[in-house]
Amino acid sequence: MKFGLLRRFFCALLFFLLQDSILAQTVNAQSPDEKADEIGQQGISASVEGVDNYASIQTLAGAKLNAVPAIVEQLESQLGQQGLSLFEAMLAGRLYYRKSDSQVVIIEKQGSDSDNYLLYDSLTLKLLGEEATANFRKVRVNNKLRKQLRTTIARLSLFSNDVELRTESIRSMLDKVDEDTIDLLNQLKEQETSESVLSLVDLAFAIYHFSDSDEQSIRLAALNTMDGSLEPAVRNLINRATERYEDGTYAEVDTRVRRKAEQIKSGIESKVAFYEFLETIFFGLSLGSVLLLVATGLAITFGVMGVINMAHGELIMLGAYTTYVIQLLLPNHIEYSILLAIPAAFVVSGFTGILIERGVIRFLHGRPLETLLATFGISLILQQTVRSIFSPLNRQVETPQWLSGSLEINSVLSITYNRLYILIFAVIVFLILQLILKKTSLGLHVRAVAQNRSMAKSIGIRTEWVDAMTFGLGSGIAGIAGVALSQLTNVGPNLGQSYIIDSFMVVVFGGVGNLWGTLVGGFTLGVTNKFLEPMTGAVLANILILVFIILFIQRRPRGLFPQKGRAAE
Amino acid sequence: MTGNSSLATKQHTLAQHTLTQQLSPLHQLREKAPMFIAVLFGVTIYASICNQFVPQDSIFYVSTYSITLLGKYLCFALLALAVDIVWGYCGILSLGHGAFFALGGYAMGMYLMRQIGDRGVYGHPELPDFMVFLNWQELPWYWQGFDQFWFAMLMVALIPGLLAFVFGFLAFRSRVAGVYLSIMTQALTYALMLAFFRNEMGFGGNNGLTDFKDILGFDLQQDQTRIALFITTAIILAIAYCASVMIMGSKLGRVIIAIRDAEDRSRFLGYKTEIYKVWLFVFSAVIAAIAGALYVPQVGIINPGEFSPLNSIEIVVWVAVGGRGTLYGAVIGALLVNYAKTRFTAIMPEAWLFALGALFVSVTVFLPQGIAGVLKENNWLRRLTQRTAQPAGGQA
Repeated sequence: MKFGLLRRFFCALLFFLLQDSILAQTVNAQSPDEKADEIGQQGISASVEGVDNYASIQTLAGAKLNAVPAIVEQLESQLGQQGLSLFEAMLAGRLYYRKSDSQVVIIEKQGSDSDNYLLYDSLTLKLLGEEATANFRKVRVNNKLRKQLRTTIARLSLFSNDVELRTESIRSMLDKVDEDTIDLLNQLKEQETSESVLSLVDLAFAIYHFSDSDEQSIRLAALNTMDGSLEPAVRNLINRATERYEDGTYAEVDTRVRRKAEQIKSGIESKVAFYEFLETIFFGLSLGSVLLLVATGLAITFGVMGVINMAHGELIMLGAYTTYVIQLLLPNHIEYSILLAIPAAFVVSGFTGILIERGVIRFLHGRPLETLLATFGISLILQQTVRSIFSPLNRQVETPQWLSGSLEINSVLSITYNRLYILIFAVIVFLILQLILKKTSLGLHVRAVAQNRSMAKSIGIRTEWVDAMTFGLGSGIAGIAGVALSQLTNVGPNLGQSYIIDSFMVVVFGGVGNLWGTLVGGFTLGVTNKFLEPMTGAVLANILILVFIILFIQRRPRGLFPQKGRAAE
Repeated sequence: MTGNSSLATKQHTLAQHTLTQQLSPLHQLREKAPMFIAVLFGVTIYASICNQFVPQDSIFYVSTYSITLLGKYLCFALLALAVDIVWGYCGILSLGHGAFFALGGYAMGMYLMRQIGDRGVYGHPELPDFMVFLNWQELPWYWQGFDQFWFAMLMVALIPGLLAFVFGFLAFRSRVAGVYLSIMTQALTYALMLAFFRNEMGFGGNNGLTDFKDILGFDLQQDQTRIALFITTAIILAIAYCASVMIMGSKLGRVIIAIRDAEDRSRFLGYKTEIYKVWLFVFSAVIAAIAGALYVPQVGIINPGEFSPLNSIEIVVWVAVGGRGTLYGAVIGALLVNYAKTRFTAIMPEAWLFALGALFVSVTVFLPQGIAGVLKENNWLRRLTQRTAQPAGGQA
């Protein structure tokens, strides 16, 4: 399961990058003043050029091995960066041609049990269809050709117009800097304008000089350039230089260089530790935001009505399934379906919540333990309903492109977009809820009922109606949490169950009837959990947190931020 | 005295008799136990005889499978009794009694594992199979002594009792009550479940303990052993039932009921309510643990799934269905719901959760007193019990 997700994620990432570079190329190929006009016609002109390009590509089919280098060179000059995907596929051995008509395509194998290949267009990577493996033959490559392809790819991406791609390309070279790459980089340096790319080029030079040169001053200067860099290549190099063998000698003979390297190593290590610390905090906040999302709805129903809603987890699950259903309904608009799913999930779960309140909880007023049991029964029914409709298997919810991928701050710290967005989303939901509670008349009534039910009733608030609305609101937020969770975990009938205890812990820890308590509680537990994890492992960390809360409740039975006043009793 | 009588009126099961009569635990026992014990042993002995002495093709024959099933139900009845003691009589809704049940089961399971000896798959004279599989070299310290039956039985009661004591002491001293307490107990069993799922804990991880061979030298697969276990369960259920009736009939029991109905008032009257609650909780936990210990040899496996919060909540439903606050109600509820579960999961497995869920909702909304409440309203059982109890009551 995990592997599948990961692969999907990387495919999407790769696809994204490649497509970007192709688009950038076609647009930038024209002069700036023509660009505006051309963009409209781009589709047409590309297809006209395309025919010609495909004809050239077809010469690869069945060509003799010693003729191929020339063809590749010709293709490189003709296609430019458009050819990147073609060359990469060729290098990876995924470029095939059909025996009957010599059409060249990129294939994807479909696992051992399938006799078909998935076919992709060699330039645009568009999915063309599926065909029997027997119809195709591979475009052969040998080692010499592979080397040529590698330099071609490096050259193409190095001189691409996309800064990202240039950076990526230099990074991949850092591991093995040789004279050829230095030549290429020298050419690049003359025309490069981006600061970050230039500093990477300098780094590449430094790595080259450090390994290549014998002169102490050059090597020390190279080390100076490398100081503070977090590139894995640099870290490996420094580690190798400071390595001490078992017989007491060092890998690096020059003492001054070694000292300098050791100094840099400790600097880099503390920097790495710092970024890893930041990463742990981010993961903690991310977990905290999930906890906040799942607990907020509960905090409202529990805080206002004193009702333990054991079906809360299932309302979250309903939200996740709503996301799934909307994706099924709009298969061509994955990008927007998730945005549509948010209000939809709110309505579905909120409506279910109101039904539960009107149908069952209303009759159990003032009997919290019975309410707990009844709502648990409802949770079983909801679970089984979903299981009957959607099957007990987990369902896949597609991740839209803008949610996949990650924000790379440096080579140690990278932040995945889905977690980042969910963190922001949780905070926004929380703030909107605060706004509703503080600024609307519904919020006023809700707070009044929470503080003193009978007094609120006697001054004319329809407590029954407020109860239903509160329950609907809390349940709706559970549904929204489900949308967020569908991006992080598998959507299955048991999705809610695994969160119900955690969210109760957050509410109880933060203090019932206090939303800020839930916020602080959620983030505290999330961050603590992630800091414990490296030491104890995930499961033990979870257990420790539970034990901690059990003990904490003994000390402060009303949570971190207890509600004040007599009404709270 | 006036305080006592006002509390006594609140307790439905005590009505007709005078106060002096009610105050005697023995009287309570004489009034409530005979019918229960008669039915229990009647069924037990009938089933055993039909299994052993009736030929297999007769319609009166009771298969060994049914015997084991009945024994399992009786374990659940014992467990329901334990929950009823704390919930029905003291208002402590524990959603974690499955934890004590499972701990008792694990203690018994450890004894049974040690009894396997070198008959395991790997044939190691001392280590259970899963430890050999995990490349463990020697028995962990907490497995020492479990080859002795008396020690294992001691641990069955001691470990869950100790856990209940520590947890109860901490919780009741700081006056954690109501839904908070319920959630805490649920967290307790959840935490234990996560812990027991870990292989490093040394309790067989995911798979738990299974593949037992014999108990006290008797083969677990044999009909006689199974009948003996079944009868033992019935006897222990009877003892636990009588003990509970006596406790609830004593002054201690009346204080406990007072705590359920008005804890603050009882405290103001000078009772240390937390002490009463802690000891009742421990008593209940030990009964649950014994139920677990009896359950494991009959079903032949114990795994961390027994700790799951769902199981603990199911127990509460048995009690709710049967009628809380009446000991026989808990037993009836456990038997009925489990019988329904067996039938349902055999006929249409998907429908079971619907049925269970509907049961939860309908019982709490329409039948807050459970089946026992219905019976009481219809009064026929009362007339019946009064008739049997009358001669005994007259003598007292």
